[in-house]
Amino acid sequence: MKNTFKLAGNLALTFALTAAGIGAANAADKVKVGLMLPYTGTYAALGNAITNGFKQYVEENGGKLGGREVEYAVVDDESNPAKATENAKKLVSRDKVDVLVGTVHSGVALAMAKVARDTKTLMIVPNAGANDLTGPLCSPYVFRSSFSAWQPSYAMGEALAKKGIKNVATVTWKYSFGEESVAGFKEAFEKGGGKLVKEMTLPFPNVEFQPFLTEIASLKPDAVFVFFAGAGAAKFVSDYAAAGLKNSIPLYGPGFLTDGNLGAMGGAGEGLMTTLHYADGLASAKDTAFRTKYAQSFKMQPDVYAVQGYDAAQMYEAGLKAAGGDPARKEEVIKGMESAKIDSPRGAFTLSKAHNPVQDIYMREVRGDQNVMLEVVSKGLEDPARGCKM
Amino acid sequence: MDFASFLIQTLNSLQYGLLLFLVASGLTLVFGIMGIINLAHGSFYMIGAYLAFVLTSATGSLVMAIVLGIPLALVFGAFLEWALFSHLYKRDHLEQVLLTYGLILIFEQLRSLLVGDDVHGVAIPAFLDASIQLTEVMSYPVYRLAISVVCIVLAVALYYVIQRTRLGMMIRAGNDDRGMVESLGININMIYRVVFALGVALAALAGMLAAPISSVFPNMGSHVLIISFVIVVIGGIGSVWGALVAALIVGFADTFGKVLVPELSGIVVYVVMAVVLLWRPEGILKKG
Repeated sequence: MKNTFKLAGNLALTFALTAAGIGAANAADKVKVGLMLPYTGTYAALGNAITNGFKQYVEENGGKLGGREVEYAVVDDESNPAKATENAKKLVSRDKVDVLVGTVHSGVALAMAKVARDTKTLMIVPNAGANDLTGPLCSPYVFRSSFSAWQPSYAMGEALAKKGIKNVATVTWKYSFGEESVAGFKEAFEKGGGKLVKEMTLPFPNVEFQPFLTEIASLKPDAVFVFFAGAGAAKFVSDYAAAGLKNSIPLYGPGFLTDGNLGAMGGAGEGLMTTLHYADGLASAKDTAFRTKYAQSFKMQPDVYAVQGYDAAQMYEAGLKAAGGDPARKEEVIKGMESAKIDSPRGAFTLSKAHNPVQDIYMREVRGDQNVMLEVVSKGLEDPARGCKM
Repeated sequence: MDFASFLIQTLNSLQYGLLLFLVASGLTLVFGIMGIINLAHGSFYMIGAYLAFVLTSATGSLVMAIVLGIPLALVFGAFLEWALFSHLYKRDHLEQVLLTYGLILIFEQLRSLLVGDDVHGVAIPAFLDASIQLTEVMSYPVYRLAISVVCIVLAVALYYVIQRTRLGMMIRAGNDDRGMVESLGININMIYRVVFALGVALAALAGMLAAPISSVFPNMGSHVLIISFVIVVIGGIGSVWGALVAALIVGFADTFGKVLVPELSGIVVYVVMAVVLLWRPEGILKKG
C-alpha cells in the first residue's frame, strides 16, 4: 500500500514537473532515470524490490548518481508486452529519461530494448532473463544487471554431470524462458557425459503436473531438472513431494523454483538444491551491509531482485563517473559501464562484451525459509552471447 | 507406457476430470438455465481458494474453512444475483460479458488489496495427509482421491436434485418456458437466485478443494475459466450430465495428450472440442 502511494506520488511529481516546464530547466543538472517496472499484477513484488534496491544505492550514494541529483519517471508496465513499446517511447520522448531501467517480464524487456536501440537510449535490464537480450538482439545501449536464462541452468548441468548423474528427465513450460533453461542445462550436462531421457513440456501457465509425475515414476531417471517460477513452481514442488518422488528421485532446477515460494510450499521444498547468482548466507561484508540496510529501510528482507535493482544503479553510477557525470556523453558512459567492476552483494562481477554479468553461480539448499549457499559451482560464468554481433 | 503407468494415468485423468466437472457444473447451470454468460465464474473459483486460505489460517482447519465458506459463497452469490445479475436477464449477451468481465477486474483488485499478490499454500487436513504407495517410486496422495469422492457425491446429488425433486422440476421448467412457470404462480426470480447462488457455491467449493493441491495465487480463476467453457460447450449448454461426460473427456485428453504427444499437449483438448462439435454441434447432451 505504502509503495503504491509513493509510486503515485512519484508519478504526480513527474507530471507536475513536466507540466510546469521545470523539468526542462533542471534537465542540465539532474539525471533522469526512467523506471519501467511491474507495480501491479503477478510480478508487482518483483518490481517493488527492484525499485527499492535501486533507490537504496542512490541513497547510499548521497542521493546522487554521477554527482547529480536523481529524478525518477515511473511507469507501471503491468507485465503487458502489448503496451511495452508505447510505455518505453513515452519515457524516452516525453520524459526524456537518460536511462531506462526495466523490466521483469522478458517479452516487455525485448520490446523496450528495441526502443532503446532505435532511440540510442541507455537501458539496464534488472531482471528479464531472455538470452536474446544479450544475444542476437544485443546492442551497445542495452545492459543487464541480472542474468541470462542460460547461466544458472548451464551451471546446474555442469554440477550434475560432475556428481556422476547419468540420466535426467526434464519438465518445463513451453515458453522461451523454460526452453532456454532446459537448453542451457542440456548443453552442459551432455558435454559432461549425461543424457536426457525425456524432455517434457506443458503450455504456460498450465499446472496439472500429475501425468508428468506418473511418467517420471515409470522412467525412473537418476534425477529430474525443471524450470518453473512463481505459483507454478510452488505447485510442482508440492506435487512432486506428494507423489512420493522426492525421496527416490532428486529434483533440481534454477533458483526461481524456490525463490519467494518457500512459504507456499510448506515443508515440501526442504532440502531442494537449486542454482542461482545469489543466495542466503553469503556472509560477505558487502552483502551483510546491504541486507541490514534494506531490512531497516523497507521493513522486509531483500531478495535477488532487490540486488539486481541495486546493481543496476551501481552500473549506471560507474558509467556516469567515467563520463564526468554527464549523461549526454553516452559513448563514455557505455565505456565506463563496460569496464566497471561492480561490487555487488552477490559478489563482484564484470560485464561481458555483450553486456551480461560475468558472475559466480551458487549451489543453494533449502533450509527452513532460506536458500542457503553451499558452494560456488561455476566461477565467473559468462553467457556465450550466441548471435551477438558487437 | 507399461500397464501400471497406464492405470495410474487413467486415475489421473479421472481425478482431473472430476475436479474440472466441479468447476464447470456451476457454469453450465448458470449459463444453460439462466442464459447468463458469466465470465466471472473463474473469479468465484479464485474467491473460494482465497477463502480457504484465509479461513484455514484463522480456524486452523480446511474442513472448518469449507463449512464456513460454503454458506458465505451462497450468500455472496444470492447477493450478486439480487444486486447485479437480476437486471441482466432481458439484456443481450454483450452487456452480460461487459458486466462479468468488469467483475473479474474488480474481484482481482479487491483480492490484491485485501490479501496481497503473494502465492500461498493451504495445508491438507491431517487425516487426509497421507499417500498410498502405487509402484516402488510412485505414491498417490489420499487427498486427491478424497477430492474425487467429493466430486462424485456432488455429481450424484446434483443429478438427484435436478431430476428428482420439486425444486429441480421448477428449475427445468423455468429453463424451458419462463413465462409459463410464472403464470403457474411459481416465483421464478427466487428460483434463479437459488440457481445462481448454487453456481457460485460450486465454483467456490472447487476453489476451496483445489487450494491445497494447486496453491493459491493471483489470476488463478482465469486458468480454469477457459477450460470450463470448453467443457460446457462440449457437454451441451445447460446439461449437468453432459458437463460430467465432457469433463472426463477433457481430463483424459489432457492427461494422455501430455504423455503421448507432449509437443501438442497444448492443443489436444481443443482438437477434441472441434471434433465433438463437428459430430454434434449442440454438444454431446444438448437437451430438447
